[in-house]
Amino acid sequence: MAPTAPAAWKTITAELANPTSTVTKPAVTADTDRSRARDTRPLYTPGVRAYLLSRLGQTVLVVFLSLTAVFFLMRLGGDPVLLFLPMDIQAKDLNEFRERLGFNDPVAVQYGRFISRAIRGDFGESLRYKQDALGLVLERLPATLYLAVAALGLTFLVAVPVGVLSAVRRGSLFDFFGMGAAVLGQAVPGFWLGLMLIYLFSVKLGWLPTGGTGSARHFVMPCVVLASFYAARMARITRSSVLDTLNEEFVLTARAKGLAERIVIAKHTLKNSAIPIVTLAGLDTGQLLGGAVITETIFAWPGLGRLTVQALLNRDFPVVLAAVFIFSVTYTLINLVVDLLYGWLDPRTRRERARA
Amino acid sequence: MTTFIGRHGRGVLGLIIAALVLVAAVAAPILVAQDPLRTDFAVGLKPPGTPGHPLGTDQLGRDLLARVLYGARVALFIGLCCVLLTAVVGGLAGLLAGYYEGWLGAVVMRVADVQLSFPFILLALTINAIVGLGLRNIIVSLSVAGWVVYARVVRGEVLSVKEREFVHAAQALGLGRARLLFRHILPNVAPSIVIVGSLQFAQFIVAEAAISFLGFGVQPPTPAWGSMLSESRDYLYVAWWLAAFPGAALALTALGINLVGDWLRDVLDPKFRV
Repeated sequence: MAPTAPAAWKTITAELANPTSTVTKPAVTADTDRSRARDTRPLYTPGVRAYLLSRLGQTVLVVFLSLTAVFFLMRLGGDPVLLFLPMDIQAKDLNEFRERLGFNDPVAVQYGRFISRAIRGDFGESLRYKQDALGLVLERLPATLYLAVAALGLTFLVAVPVGVLSAVRRGSLFDFFGMGAAVLGQAVPGFWLGLMLIYLFSVKLGWLPTGGTGSARHFVMPCVVLASFYAARMARITRSSVLDTLNEEFVLTARAKGLAERIVIAKHTLKNSAIPIVTLAGLDTGQLLGGAVITETIFAWPGLGRLTVQALLNRDFPVVLAAVFIFSVTYTLINLVVDLLYGWLDPRTRRERARA
Repeated sequence: MTTFIGRHGRGVLGLIIAALVLVAAVAAPILVAQDPLRTDFAVGLKPPGTPGHPLGTDQLGRDLLARVLYGARVALFIGLCCVLLTAVVGGLAGLLAGYYEGWLGAVVMRVADVQLSFPFILLALTINAIVGLGLRNIIVSLSVAGWVVYARVVRGEVLSVKEREFVHAAQALGLGRARLLFRHILPNVAPSIVIVGSLQFAQFIVAEAAISFLGFGVQPPTPAWGSMLSESRDYLYVAWWLAAFPGAALALTALGINLVGDWLRDVLDPKFRV
């Protein structure tokens, strides 16, 4: 029996592109022009409400399970008190410290206490900073979000035009160099790019600060480093999606009607190519939070990622757990927004969802 | 001929790059005489082109070329172990979850959802910080973080393959479940496993470097590219080569593997030949 491969890549792209999405996406082969689809029904129907509620329920479950997993993993990782306190501490003080933090109770009791407090947003006090852990995390969250939003904006700004132009002028020099740069951009690790940019623009030229925050100039390098990988991938997806759409019959029809090429591309092609791009953008926004961990460390950016790395290095459990909580909430919310965007971009998915 | 280059050019380029990296890793002791761990304070921080040290030396006087080449061993070893581990574990989980859709499938998919509600690199980093540092633990951490991609893709494939007629026919012939799964369903999902593996390979290598860069993962003095880059940060003002070469080696490796992965995907899935 010869191994057959059909459908393999489509499934994989869909899976890789949006692993947490629960929306069944219609096959891209349908030759309907979505820029012309009109759905006059209200966006917020009982079906949509039920869908939203079930998605929120899933979010709560996922957040709960991830907190549980990290809690038990951290308890398996050894004695936090020993790692945190100075080496020459007396055994008596050690025990007092344990008692005070509740590390002497059975794990089940500690877990129950942890969950019941976590529900109220109380993750305890940071072992290092002696501040409310969740407060500390929330204080750092905006810096990370600014960076992620700026990087996402830059990604769109660069990747979509490059991808569209490469597709429209397929085989041209622009296509060759654009896609070459994209393939390179996907391979160059952000932290190395960051080091090289620091060397060039801070050490050699002295144009940009090596790190920290404060002015627009501080934004430039972290933003470019964070965006590079995602921009590269998005440019490639945009190109292949636009190429797919350009083969559709409605594009031929639009051209046959005598529409200007500008309108054919901007209106009919782009909106119909948008679903893979939005899928990837949604996934990337989540992954940007992960990329921020590294970028923030290189550029001493005072965000959530750097705080998390430091908390992991110091075994500052309350901060790690609060960070896990915020990361998974943010991530699942982003995925929810992406799924809702599908409904706007492609009314067919809205109907399917209402039926489901 | 031109169509051959158009279709396979990038794959050939990728194979050449990947082969170079592989040779560097396997033949490192033959290619350089120096021991990557031997320190010599008399020749610390020498720039590239210094006699006997083509890429220069680091702060402890260790030969950078030797460290970069031996670094390829560490990177490829970790990447390969992770791909094999996740392919077996994730593939098996996906196979079973797809075939037995009941509670087993539900459990696997729940676990996958939880893991995927977290950026991959952060998950691997957190697991690594908890299980501990070192070569073995970084492999374990990356694999634990990465197996779900296989599980999801393979499960999706199995769900459609198992409804195909030849599977029903085999069932009707009274084939055992194990035989059905491994002789009839597995070969049909194998291309997906290969494609995912090639896409994941580079990701594992870069993730390992990133985690080692942050101070977890592989520890000095082991010549891993990530920890070399981490050490180079302190000397960026005086010794650019410490940051440039290990990073370039890492980027080149990722590029080669990515090109091969893209090409494999095009070849194995005729539908996506443009």
